[in-house]
Amino acid sequence: MLSMVLALLVPLSGAGFIFLARTRPARLLVLLLTTFAHVVLTGSLWLGPRVPAAGALLGVDAQGLLFLSVISVLYCLVAVHLVAYTGRDPRGAPPVFLACHLFSLAAMTLACFSQHWGLYWVAMEATTLASAPLLFYHHGPRSLEATWKYILIGSVGIALALMGTLFLGMAAAAVPHVENSLVFSTMLASADKLSVDWIKIAAVFLIVGYGTKMGLAPMHTWKPDAYGEAPPPVAALLSGGLTNAAFLGLLRVATLCNAAGEAAFVRSILVALGLASIGIAAASMVGQANYRRMLAYSSVEHMGILTLAVGVGGLATFGGLLHAVNNAFNKGILFLAAGNILQACRTSEVKGITGLFRQLPFSAVFLVIGFFAATGFPPFGTFVSEFTILRGLIAGGGVVVPALYLGFLAVVFIGMGAIVLGMVQGAPVATPEGAKPARETFASVLPIVVLTALALLLGLHIPEALGDLLKQASDVPGGFR
Amino acid sequence: MRFLTDSILIGTILISVFMLSTARLGMTVRSFALQSFLLAFLPSLLHEPGFHQILILVGAILIKSYLIPRFLFRAIREVSIRRDVQPVIGFGTSLLIGALLVALAFAVSANLPLPVGVASSLLLPASLSTFLLGFLLIVSRAKALLQVVGYLVVENGIFLFGVSLVQQMPLLVEMGILLDVFVAVFVMGIVIFRINREFDHMDTANLTTLKD
Amino acid sequence: MISSILHLLLLLLAPPLMLGILQRTKALFAGRRGPPLLQVYYDLWKLLRKGAVYSRTTTWVFRAGPVVGLAAVIVAGLLVPIAGIRAPMAFQGDLILFAYLLGLARFFTVLAAMDTGSSFEGMGASREASFGSLAEPALFAGLLVLFVGSGDFSLSGILGPGLFRLWGAIGPALVLVAVSFVVLLLAENCRIPVDDPNTHLELTMIHEVMVLDHGGPDLAFILHGASIKLFLFASILVRMILPTATGFAPLEALIWAAGMGLVAVAVGCVESVMARLRLARVPTLLGGAMVLGTVAIAVLLTLESAR
Repeated sequence: MLSMVLALLVPLSGAGFIFLARTRPARLLVLLLTTFAHVVLTGSLWLGPRVPAAGALLGVDAQGLLFLSVISVLYCLVAVHLVAYTGRDPRGAPPVFLACHLFSLAAMTLACFSQHWGLYWVAMEATTLASAPLLFYHHGPRSLEATWKYILIGSVGIALALMGTLFLGMAAAAVPHVENSLVFSTMLASADKLSVDWIKIAAVFLIVGYGTKMGLAPMHTWKPDAYGEAPPPVAALLSGGLTNAAFLGLLRVATLCNAAGEAAFVRSILVALGLASIGIAAASMVGQANYRRMLAYSSVEHMGILTLAVGVGGLATFGGLLHAVNNAFNKGILFLAAGNILQACRTSEVKGITGLFRQLPFSAVFLVIGFFAATGFPPFGTFVSEFTILRGLIAGGGVVVPALYLGFLAVVFIGMGAIVLGMVQGAPVATPEGAKPARETFASVLPIVVLTALALLLGLHIPEALGDLLKQASDVPGGFR
Repeated sequence: MRFLTDSILIGTILISVFMLSTARLGMTVRSFALQSFLLAFLPSLLHEPGFHQILILVGAILIKSYLIPRFLFRAIREVSIRRDVQPVIGFGTSLLIGALLVALAFAVSANLPLPVGVASSLLLPASLSTFLLGFLLIVSRAKALLQVVGYLVVENGIFLFGVSLVQQMPLLVEMGILLDVFVAVFVMGIVIFRINREFDHMDTANLTTLKD
Repeated sequence: MISSILHLLLLLLAPPLMLGILQRTKALFAGRRGPPLLQVYYDLWKLLRKGAVYSRTTTWVFRAGPVVGLAAVIVAGLLVPIAGIRAPMAFQGDLILFAYLLGLARFFTVLAAMDTGSSFEGMGASREASFGSLAEPALFAGLLVLFVGSGDFSLSGILGPGLFRLWGAIGPALVLVAVSFVVLLLAENCRIPVDDPNTHLELTMIHEVMVLDHGGPDLAFILHGASIKLFLFASILVRMILPTATGFAPLEALIWAAGMGLVAVAVGCVESVMARLRLARVPTLLGGAMVLGTVAIAVLLTLESAR
């Protein structure tokens, strides 16, 4: 309990300290210390119980702990990278920018701890508001446009999710003698008695609402703009952290519907959305001119894979949870490497960049590694997770879904590969007159190395503790038993 | 009492429809203020008047009928040159689609069972209609400010649903929701100011540089 | 028998008085003394004694237009209970006949306008036709609510003694119907904000331009017909808003008369206070009336199913 409260308070107080700090090194130091402390606190939660107290608004459950750990590690590593990134960017490290990192971390922590649907919603809304200023780092018309679309579409999605949450409240209220509570475990326990009509309409609203936050197609239109204009470290946080926090909501919706007997209904919605996301992302990635937008579409694709996995259920749920972890790390690798490339080459256009192997050897290598990891190459963790999901799809029956899944993934591989390999090979572009030659510092490379190590670890040998946590997390109605 | 409740609910729907048909920015914001004012009285009419209800009444009127409209009017004064706007899909089409959405809301509500003892059978249709009409407002208007008002109308629909039908939201969460609305509008307002400073207008239809 | 004759006399003789009150109200608003209340009677008498000039390009349609218009409106009036007096003609389904008799009147006015072959009248005819077609759904939505709510398919039945009870049962829906009816009253009788009865500018005329070529007795028929149409709409509106069921005939008549006077004054006030809408915005207004009707139907169905 104490660890939980501390995990919430530490980022908030850290944000306060950032405003007090006067110099850039001091602020960055506060950021690093806070995120590191958060990782330690999250680690300590691994030792505690993983079943929340009945009826409590906050609590640690297996899924929340899994996602929180991933988010925490990602934030810490991105903080290290920020040291290098803000050093090279003319905007520097404004206090609002750094503080909002911690605010969004606090909001995501709250989301992972929430056991009450309403509280979870508040946390998700808070993440939207806290991460909006992060997008606006490079002031300018393009950033502004991206921020506006992010806020508007995000808020609309959140409004839908709120309505869905209220509908869930009605599902219990409409049936007499059923305990009327929006606490997740309580609802799950009496799921078979809840009103089916309300559950179905609630599921639709919640899936569309939180799906918008995740970036599922067709609600994904804000993603390319937002990730394309945000500073790449921020994009890493959003695609690795925020999407997982929203995915938690989707997971809980699916669990509740399965427990209430509406498994077929929610399955069709989720499978359709998942396949649509993967397909649209694949189509948009081919011939993409902007490598940051390409990464955004990659994020959409992986969200589609996650949704598909949850929709099919069974073994695929285990694969989906593992994939969520993998995806966070992969996106970290890709976006942080892209951040280094952006600062060195000063352009987001693919055609202006070649020969990165010579110019920025480390970042180029990790970009390629990230590409292989994101498209499911062994020995990376993504291979295991995507293959597990494929097994789950085939076990679920039918041929069309696995065939489409594989086909879309192949298209993604080709599209992304063409772009990435074109960027890293060939002769390096001449540096513009008077510009500093590109360098790679320790701080900008170390986080990527750590993330790559984690991705490899998950592919080669999943640690026992993590495996246990994953099994616990997928042990839900409709999941892998 | 029942007549009063029903009238407030129908008035809410009609105000939302009216917002679809008016071209003037100021009128839209004033309609929203009126709608929020009417809705603030609903909890006191539906449940036993108590501390909870009074708090919501005061909070909602203060934030949604006074603070937010004041903020929006300031935005209009500072940012807007043209005070009226044509919607993307035309007024007639907006009204027609609005009528269809209202009909859809009523049709869907007929299939959803309500708990025993609900004061009026119009609560659910009214909240769903307001919700859907707010969405229509967001989609059919190109001016950023009107999109914010549309979002606020959506929140009004949610508020209507929440205070009237859902019993077990802790007060904390309800206040959290209200606060979230306020902060969201605040943040949106800041972005609108920036948009105006950057682009000299508030027309989101012109925000089209970012595309594949 | 006596009541039918009374009804017919009232129908023929009272409407110009209503127009007179309306014009007086507008004059007072403008700070003038205004014409005497009986001015419209004098106008009708003057027009009936005049001769008419017919253009050589017109046919019998042009001569038939005003006559059919007046006749249709009078027959429609026979279906509506006035001043607490029962309607001389009443049968199941007469509200459809009512709506279409008014439509017939409009149709012949439009035909007569087009018969002149002048593009000026043609423009007015097309405007009138399009606005009329937009107003019809609203009218029928309102009538539908009344029909479904009361279970009676006759105007006399709907507007009879049972109306008070109906308000208690489906009050909110009736409020919506009443408001939509007010908009329809202004639209169908060519009042501001839909049309300006005093204008003579090409861009702003709708009804006026159609009757431009008529003179003498034809114009008298048109004027009388228009006043009767306004009278009928106002009568239905007054009955809807003041659904008294005292059973004491003179009292009912008095209440009705007071209501009609109030409606005349109210329309006069609206005409004095508002400006005419831009032509492009009139469909929006009528669309709004239709939405009101739709919402009224939806509310009615919900209230009915809840009972």
